[in-house]
Amino acid sequence: MSFRNTPLAVIHDVDKATLLTPELRAEIDKHVAKYPPEWKQSAVMPALTLVQDHNGGWLSRELMDQVAAYLDMPETAVYEVATFYAMYDLEPVGRHKVCVCNSVSCRLGGAEELMHHIEKKYNVAPGGTTADGKLTFKEFECLGACRHAPAVMVDKVYHECVTPEAIDKIIDDLD
Amino acid sequence: MAENQNTVCFRTMHLDATVRYTLESYRSVGGYVQWERILREKPDPDQLIDELKTSALRGRGGAGFPTGLKWSFMPRTKPGQKYIVCNSDEGEPGTCKDRDIMRYNPHQLIEGMAIAGYCIGATVGYNYIRGEFYEPTARFDGALEEAYAAGLLGKNLLGSGVDFDLYTHLGAGAYICGEETALLESLEGKKGQPRFKPPFPAQAGLYGMPTTINNTETLASVPVILEKSGKWFLEQGKPNNGGPKLFSITGHVERPCNLEIPLGTPFKDVLEMAGGVSGGRALKAVIPGGSSVPVVPGDVMMRTDMDYDSIAKAGSMLGSGAVIIIAEGTCMVKVLANLAHFYAHESCGQCTPCREGTGWLARVLDRILAGNGRPQDLDLLDNVAGRIGGRTICALGDAAAMPVQSFLKHYRSEFEHLVEHGRSLVEAA
Amino acid sequence: MSDDKITLEIDGRFCTAAPGEMIIAVADREGIVIPRFCYHEKLSIAANCRMCLVEAEQGGRPFPKPIPACATPVGEGMKVLTRSKKALDAQRGTMEFLLINHPLDCPICDQGGECELQDVSMGYGEDVSRFSERKRVVKDEDLGPLIATEMTRCIHCTRCVRFGAEIAGLRELGATGRGEDMRIGTFVGQSMAHELSGNIIDLCPVGALTSKPYRFTARAWELTSDEGIAPHDGVGSNLQLHIRDGKVMRVHPRDNEAVNECWISDRDRFSYEGLNSPERLKAPMLKRDGDWQEVDWQEALHAAVDLLKAPGPDQLGVLVSPTATLEEQFLLQRLVRALGSDHIDTRLRQLDFSAAAADPQLPWLGVPIAELETQQTVLLIGSDIRQEQPLLAHRLRKAALSGATIALLNPYAVDLNHPSIQIAPSPSVPGSDLRALLRLLGKPTEGPAAEPDERHQRIADALTRAGQDGKGLVLLGTLAESAPAFGLVRALAAEVAAAAGCRLGFLAPAANSVGSWCAGSLPHRLPGGAAPARPGLDAGAMLTDPRQGYLLWGLEPDRDLADPTLAMSALRAAKQVVACTAFRSPALDTVADVLLPISAFAETAGTFVNTEARWQRFQGAVPPPGDARPGWKVLRVLGTMMELPGFAQNSAREVHDELASQCRDLTPDNQMREAMPAPDLSSATPQAAELFRIGNVPIYATDPLVRRAPALQRTPLAEQLAVSLHPDDAAALGLADGQLARVAQVAINGERTEVNAPVVIDDRIAVGCARIPAGVEGSGELGPIMGPVQISKAGA
Ligand SMILES: Cc1cc2nc3c(=O)[nH]c(=O)nc-3n(C[C@H](O)[C@H](O)[C@H](O)COP(=O)(O)O)c2cc1C
Ligand code: SF4
Ligand code: FES
Repeated sequence: MSFRNTPLAVIHDVDKATLLTPELRAEIDKHVAKYPPEWKQSAVMPALTLVQDHNGGWLSRELMDQVAAYLDMPETAVYEVATFYAMYDLEPVGRHKVCVCNSVSCRLGGAEELMHHIEKKYNVAPGGTTADGKLTFKEFECLGACRHAPAVMVDKVYHECVTPEAIDKIIDDLD
Repeated sequence: MAENQNTVCFRTMHLDATVRYTLESYRSVGGYVQWERILREKPDPDQLIDELKTSALRGRGGAGFPTGLKWSFMPRTKPGQKYIVCNSDEGEPGTCKDRDIMRYNPHQLIEGMAIAGYCIGATVGYNYIRGEFYEPTARFDGALEEAYAAGLLGKNLLGSGVDFDLYTHLGAGAYICGEETALLESLEGKKGQPRFKPPFPAQAGLYGMPTTINNTETLASVPVILEKSGKWFLEQGKPNNGGPKLFSITGHVERPCNLEIPLGTPFKDVLEMAGGVSGGRALKAVIPGGSSVPVVPGDVMMRTDMDYDSIAKAGSMLGSGAVIIIAEGTCMVKVLANLAHFYAHESCGQCTPCREGTGWLARVLDRILAGNGRPQDLDLLDNVAGRIGGRTICALGDAAAMPVQSFLKHYRSEFEHLVEHGRSLVEAA
Repeated sequence: MSDDKITLEIDGRFCTAAPGEMIIAVADREGIVIPRFCYHEKLSIAANCRMCLVEAEQGGRPFPKPIPACATPVGEGMKVLTRSKKALDAQRGTMEFLLINHPLDCPICDQGGECELQDVSMGYGEDVSRFSERKRVVKDEDLGPLIATEMTRCIHCTRCVRFGAEIAGLRELGATGRGEDMRIGTFVGQSMAHELSGNIIDLCPVGALTSKPYRFTARAWELTSDEGIAPHDGVGSNLQLHIRDGKVMRVHPRDNEAVNECWISDRDRFSYEGLNSPERLKAPMLKRDGDWQEVDWQEALHAAVDLLKAPGPDQLGVLVSPTATLEEQFLLQRLVRALGSDHIDTRLRQLDFSAAAADPQLPWLGVPIAELETQQTVLLIGSDIRQEQPLLAHRLRKAALSGATIALLNPYAVDLNHPSIQIAPSPSVPGSDLRALLRLLGKPTEGPAAEPDERHQRIADALTRAGQDGKGLVLLGTLAESAPAFGLVRALAAEVAAAAGCRLGFLAPAANSVGSWCAGSLPHRLPGGAAPARPGLDAGAMLTDPRQGYLLWGLEPDRDLADPTLAMSALRAAKQVVACTAFRSPALDTVADVLLPISAFAETAGTFVNTEARWQRFQGAVPPPGDARPGWKVLRVLGTMMELPGFAQNSAREVHDELASQCRDLTPDNQMREAMPAPDLSSATPQAAELFRIGNVPIYATDPLVRRAPALQRTPLAEQLAVSLHPDDAAALGLADGQLARVAQVAINGERTEVNAPVVIDDRIAVGCARIPAGVEGSGELGPIMGPVQISKAGA
């Protein structure tokens, strides 16, 4: 389903200067500038990413609504985007996200054992957050680092050929 | 063999790893010479497109469509904005080559995109990079900055009157955005749901304007083809299979790696370059082109060359060039279940057969793995896959179906054993 | 022309098609049925359900895969097979996928018996037992009082989502999540608030979105169906009424491209609920010594005859709801004229009749409804169009999306889902913006003009351009009609239209407003449009110059009249008041002497003349409740009992035909008859410290029926009495949002009125205006629908 006409721009009844933070707005504006003026909504993904990073790794409804207002989008359209892409979280998360690739090359390279290890040692199921709020553990589809199986993305950093011992070290080093 | 490696996209690979991605490094291997020549001489774009046609460069994103032909579909002289879009969404399990192009040779991609823009009449380009690629994006953005600063991107370049602006756009975790029209939707700020074609992107693409979408590797190959000629490129490969290509060798091999080697290299040589099957085990099966293509038994592969036509003859596809090696002793039901989960997870959800069918396949496979399979499940799997393939908007439906059908074809006995005995034929319990 | 026709073959039948047409559209035209769920003629193509897969070949080469008929354009010489083995196989495959996660409990589904999924799946007869995994269960959201959801039944066709984006222009529903987890909903559990939202009930091919008021009240096969015409706005949407045991159980649209296409407004869909109101008057009633008593018709009619005769020729005033049928209006005017006067009117909410002499012969929309879409520029003067005429707003939205300029002059900026130019004119200087436009159009007039700004310039330019192409329209709406300076505004609007070469049009405020000009139920028009020797009193004059007796037809005096305080005081003072009504109401109880129960919507045969002057006849679909009788029959008996001539008709049809023959030469005509005399506006101009009341009539407050439709009254669009103020005015008055304000207004008869109402601060209201709705509960205690008003802090 796609509305191939120009986007359904909605002017929200708010003062944009009250939305998000000045820094975030400035960052979002840089993205908006990449696209044709009537296609502000092209910046919705980078905007959500910025806002999520700024909000401790997750997006609340209020924040999504503010993004909608800032980009003149219907709220629903923002919810659609936020729920479609795997990197957006709509619930509070741990201080760090540990994303283990479990697609075929990493699976053949030991991802399953690695996942079991994390699950047992940190007492957290995929999709869950540890009791101390340190980690959210996620099973991810192919990270595009197949030649370094198993690959793990911790926050924004890739770790490659990760053994159970290696992941313990990585996790230990996180605050 | 070594002198045949890393001649195109990886041609900076021999340089110091800490600087190989800089403008200076790229210039040292002949970078931007073609772009500057074009800006100076302003050749007829058709001439450049002809060179590409001669090279027999085929799309490296998976479908293998001849690139020169694709560019010639663009209504270049039609007034209005046109776009060149690079597909760096690299998400096909087994594929990890575009990431390395952006990490190690980002300028060549920029040059390729600029030339493509010139050829198709696009003054704006977007590189759609998957959201997880923070590091490659940082490299690419760094290169963009250098290129702008050097006057290689922007307006009225070198006083030629040619404009070309290039931007990155980051995804956020969706394999389907690798499908070119889903990618366009995503660029337009929507869910990545593929569009029905026609209209094709060359008629109505990004923002409804004529658009060409190419894979990272495809575009990064262009400067070298123009430098060394289409004929040279063709000769690096086989007729209709021009050039060297990046292969990602992963799975059960000693040294998983990316290799840039001529198309047509025998598979057994490729396996050897990767150090052979890991742990000295025997080769059981190969998925030769990314997880979406049919699996090929090891012995067949050992007699096959790595090019589009040879692999097609072996009953599969070269796809993205991701070669997944599976060693003897691996439970193929488990592998298939893993693949099935991938497609169920990544289905965008719009087409009924894909939305409903991929989950069905995954659940049946889980049930079989859990020891609750039924004899009729195997035919059911095959039949359900058949009802997905060819009946959806995009090729994800086919991608979900082909593994199922090929695994059942070649390894049916393993499935039967599991159904009958509740445990794997090959794996120790 | 003929060479750009394409010939193709579908199932062996040769068909012609236009290039670019989709196979399914051609097949539909040919009556060849291709199953589909996502495809809908009025929506963009999604091609996602994959139900319409067919086999095809082009130029002798077969397509390698089955192709979707909804998204594949026809080609010359194409051969399509919709029922071949390959096609059926593909369709069966899709059907199986759709059913695996769909509950198979049609007997308890509200859509059972009229479900597209059920219908299509019957055609395949394949059992679905191959699926033995767990079915998906989907949580339901509360979408408000109109739409019930059972989202486990959703088949993700996205028709409802596309409807929101493309037709409603408001994305209330979305498809969130991906793959199997895709869900249709608002995501945040919000009520649907769009005035057309009910249409998704019809669009949904399965039982996922159904009508909440209708829910589980009947099964499709128990219903009979009758045709009807909607009784609220000027569109006259064509309806299909579904009936069981003499009751309207629900209302659906009936396709009519020229009128409502395939849509109806929520008002037209759900107002039938008002028919079952406990306030229905089911028996005639007589007031004896101040107490109401049920009496039989005989007694009531005798009483009514006496009451109607008593006032004598000039002393009877007849006020008629503009939703009365043409037949009723025709007989009513015959009655009052036979009794010796012309005091009859349906323009109940009009304040200014000073320009009556200039009234056009048959004021109408100015263009056929369907042509609204093709206008290049439309200037709306005084119209909250989405509230007044939801489907005309939809047509204008289509025009706007295809590039038309839609401009509005309103006392408050209205919510539109498309680009527009809006100017809020100053209420104290009526017509000043129109004069500004006239100046820009090169036709300056006398009188105060606004200083033209860039918006005026854009409007003037757009009107001029559209005028040159014959595609410009200046429309006057209900807010304009209620303005104290309506005559002046109308005259200036006509001048603007003329200066720009555009057409002038009027938005009929109610279902049969235009009918009044045909039926002669106006003080200055006889049936067929001729003028009486001397015009009677209009709706305003009948009350400012009170009569001794009144006949009220289908209205509530404190809700439907321009100045309720004036009206109530005149009616209270009157000696004889006969009310013919479908509903009891406290106000009627207070003023009337006899109540005669008459039919409401769907209960009588009749005719409505819509805003484009289209006559639409309908039959009574259900009997009126209790002893209530079709209105025209009551009038016939009254006329006969009074021994008046012309009341011998045997059917509504006969009444219609008699009138129709008198209207043969009456054609729609918006030409002003006379130049405008300068009106005296002194009493309507706010003094210092006064604001100007804008009495908009909210969408669900327009008439007695809709006011009694419970589900509609619970929607977010149902407005309560409130005072909306511009932030500046609120600040000057020291009023905060939500605070209680004291509203004081002087009625036309000088009576001072006061009510308390909460404040809403809204920067869309023009400075100097207070929007205080009319027609809603509590508004009956106030004075004129528009005019000066004093606002202060309550209790201060
Ligand atoms: C489900 C699906 C996923 C895809 N993923 C990618 C991808 O990650 N990268 C890519 O370049 N092409 C991908 N493709 C192929 C693209 O649709 C398209 O064919 C390609 O980008 C064209 O570029 P090329 O001609 O240079 O190969 C995918 C296709 C499908 C159907
Ligand atoms: S095949 Fe699957 S992924 Fe592709 S468009 Fe259809 S539902 Fe989406
Ligand atoms: S009707 Fe054609 S795909 Fe749905």
